[in-house]
Amino acid sequence: MNPPSDSSTASAAHTTRVALIGNPNTGKTTLFNALTGLAQRVGNYPGVTVERKIGRIDDDLEVVDLPGTYSLAAKSPDELIVIQSLLGEVRGEPGPDVIVVIIDASNLRRNLYLATQVMELGLPTVVALNMTDVADSRGIRVDVAALASELGAPVVPIVATRGEGLADLCAAIRAAEAADHDGVAPTTASLDVDAHLGGSIGSIAETMGLHDFLVRRAFIDEGGPIETALLATHPDLRDALAGARAALPAGGPRPAAIEAKVRYGWIEQVMTKAVDRDPPRPRPTDRIDAVVTHRVLGLVCFVTIMGAVFVSIFKWAAPFMDAIDASFVALEGWISGAFAGTALAGGLLESLLVDGMVAGVGGVLIFLPQIGLLFLFIAILEDCGYMARAAFLMDRLLRGCGLSGHSFIPMLSSFACAIPGILSARAIRNPRDRLVTILVAPLMSCSARIPVYAIMIGAFIPATTIAGFLSLPGLVFAAMYFLGIAVAIPVALILRGTLMRGETSTFIMELPPYRMPQPKTVLLRVWHAGRSFVARAGTIIFAMSILIWAAGTFPRSAEIAATTESARTAAEADLTGSDLDDRLAQIDRDAAGAQLRHSVLGRLGRAIEPVVEPLGWDWKIGTAAVAAFPARELLVSTLNILYGLEDDEEAGLTARLKAEDRGDGKPPFGVPAALSVMVFIALCAQCVSTLVVMGRETRSWFWPVFAFTYMTGLAYVFAFATYQGAVALGL
Amino acid sequence: MEITIMRLAECTPGSGGTITQIDHDGPLGQRLMEMGLIEGARVEVVRLAPLGDPMEIRIDDSRLSIRRAEAQHILVSE
Repeated sequence: MNPPSDSSTASAAHTTRVALIGNPNTGKTTLFNALTGLAQRVGNYPGVTVERKIGRIDDDLEVVDLPGTYSLAAKSPDELIVIQSLLGEVRGEPGPDVIVVIIDASNLRRNLYLATQVMELGLPTVVALNMTDVADSRGIRVDVAALASELGAPVVPIVATRGEGLADLCAAIRAAEAADHDGVAPTTASLDVDAHLGGSIGSIAETMGLHDFLVRRAFIDEGGPIETALLATHPDLRDALAGARAALPAGGPRPAAIEAKVRYGWIEQVMTKAVDRDPPRPRPTDRIDAVVTHRVLGLVCFVTIMGAVFVSIFKWAAPFMDAIDASFVALEGWISGAFAGTALAGGLLESLLVDGMVAGVGGVLIFLPQIGLLFLFIAILEDCGYMARAAFLMDRLLRGCGLSGHSFIPMLSSFACAIPGILSARAIRNPRDRLVTILVAPLMSCSARIPVYAIMIGAFIPATTIAGFLSLPGLVFAAMYFLGIAVAIPVALILRGTLMRGETSTFIMELPPYRMPQPKTVLLRVWHAGRSFVARAGTIIFAMSILIWAAGTFPRSAEIAATTESARTAAEADLTGSDLDDRLAQIDRDAAGAQLRHSVLGRLGRAIEPVVEPLGWDWKIGTAAVAAFPARELLVSTLNILYGLEDDEEAGLTARLKAEDRGDGKPPFGVPAALSVMVFIALCAQCVSTLVVMGRETRSWFWPVFAFTYMTGLAYVFAFATYQGAVALGL
Repeated sequence: MEITIMRLAECTPGSGGTITQIDHDGPLGQRLMEMGLIEGARVEVVRLAPLGDPMEIRIDDSRLSIRRAEAQHILVSE
């Protein structure tokens, strides 16, 4: 029997795992995208919402893009998972073989802080010195060899935006891996932090059988997640650490202060040896900021830019939305055509496909252009550096509302769709700020509410102008947007003051130099956002559309079917040609309306009529509102069915709404009821997809239920007040 | 020569100084120090946001935005 040969392992491609780490704003994302292109995927670490981006370079390198960080002193579970990932302690994920630390050549002092910590992990490390072009233009010259010698790691100059140095970087990564494979121990920086901390960390680590990096962090970051995690598994550590802390001079600087001083002291002397610079001079960035963050001009700029973004989104998305709409209508027609003339024509299967699936999915996909454009603008503004300025300008205002500057992008995104808004709340570090942001994000009027506003305003708001130039319909439209914001503020304040009381987050944020946005980075972001929207919303709405279709179709009444049949026969006897066709179509529509009334959904609508009467609604609006709970888009289509109209006959629905008479002497559907419908839609949580995403992001079912409850409650109260108030005002 | 020690939160745009101390023992203090705001570093207030808060400060070649409440803990000598 032959011994197992080694050739099988030798021929299998060995994948080198690379971890990419660095400060924010160092071009890490640009580097990652330049190296991996489209060969990247996004996933999640278990138990936290930190995103994990993994990509491949060539055949043999797999790169994990870790979140940008200034230090390895983990202060939260999200930061802890990064450390665990680096040490290979995340279940199911082996640790990296090589670490690449990306540093900004024009900002070396702070960047080297993280680099020295990373070197203490004891793994093969390569330093990518990025933005050497920026450094050159600022008169900063780095002696790469001297820096490498001091750090104890190879330093590769690169310019990620131009793709320069990338081949050298990959070669250095492979060389580092090969050296490690050959048993060469990685050299360390000429920096010994432990000596300044009492010198006992090494021996404690050895006694406990722990990595000295972990013991060091547990010692310095007292009360932090690393210490807590270690004490859970190594209770003896508590006494050891206490003893080591007591050994420090009483009343002297704390370990964290000692660490900072020692590291930066070392960095200072390295910089004198390896870096030479001209005196700093004003940068173009500073000249731009003089306007953009100016007390007055800055706000003007902000409003202009945000206004332009919004107007552009709606204007430029329109042709794409029309195209999507047209293609779905064509698809419906094609399906109906395929069924026509067969035994199944006009039957339930056709209805399921056309009214259930196609209409449902189409209702979601139609918002893809708006979401795509919004993300395009956000990605461009973020990549060029403006978003940091926007957060700087808005922080005080948002804090007054119980949020923070970090909530700006999530709230902004929610105006297109709350789903990407809630997902982008992951960037908010403080868990309470993040939760409040997630809970009020759906109050921002999203794109799906627009069709309802359009129909109600079109039907009931006279097209007059105020003060000669402000269009009344436009004002009402804008008012709905402001309503969401106006309600979100007290809600956020109350939540923050009661359920989510806690220390406010720190808001230390870098204002990076302005730069040209990178097309690759921007487009990849839009791609990822669009893909996740379609996958998440698409699957849920698809399922819910089928459910709603079923609730609106069953049970079927044999009686109605019989009456319809006889009406058709009568029509065929009396009319011919196009008159006959029109009549038959009308009979079918009336039948559809009647069946809907008879169905589960219709009965539900009638049952809740007493509840919606104070809002000025009748059972049809009530039914449509209930049908719209899974997805707002369903409100208009359900109303259409109830009023016996074709789906895209907007003008028809508007006219019918105007003329609708309750038939029992009550006033016809008027302005007050229209306003109350809009207010209800503006504030109600009618989107299962959003609630599901909320549940996933908060990792509990309680918060979506809470959000649904409070929003529906507020919607009802405000709609009631609106209706009664409008009636009282004689509108 | 008289040395005035001020809290960075009270400094007006254009003024600043050399950091003498970070008087916060918890995670905030650590965060400030990690960003390079340590004893001996030179820091300057560039401007205040339109509503008076946060403030933009310059440290080395970078610009940071920090809230006045956080800048309270940075003691500088002019």
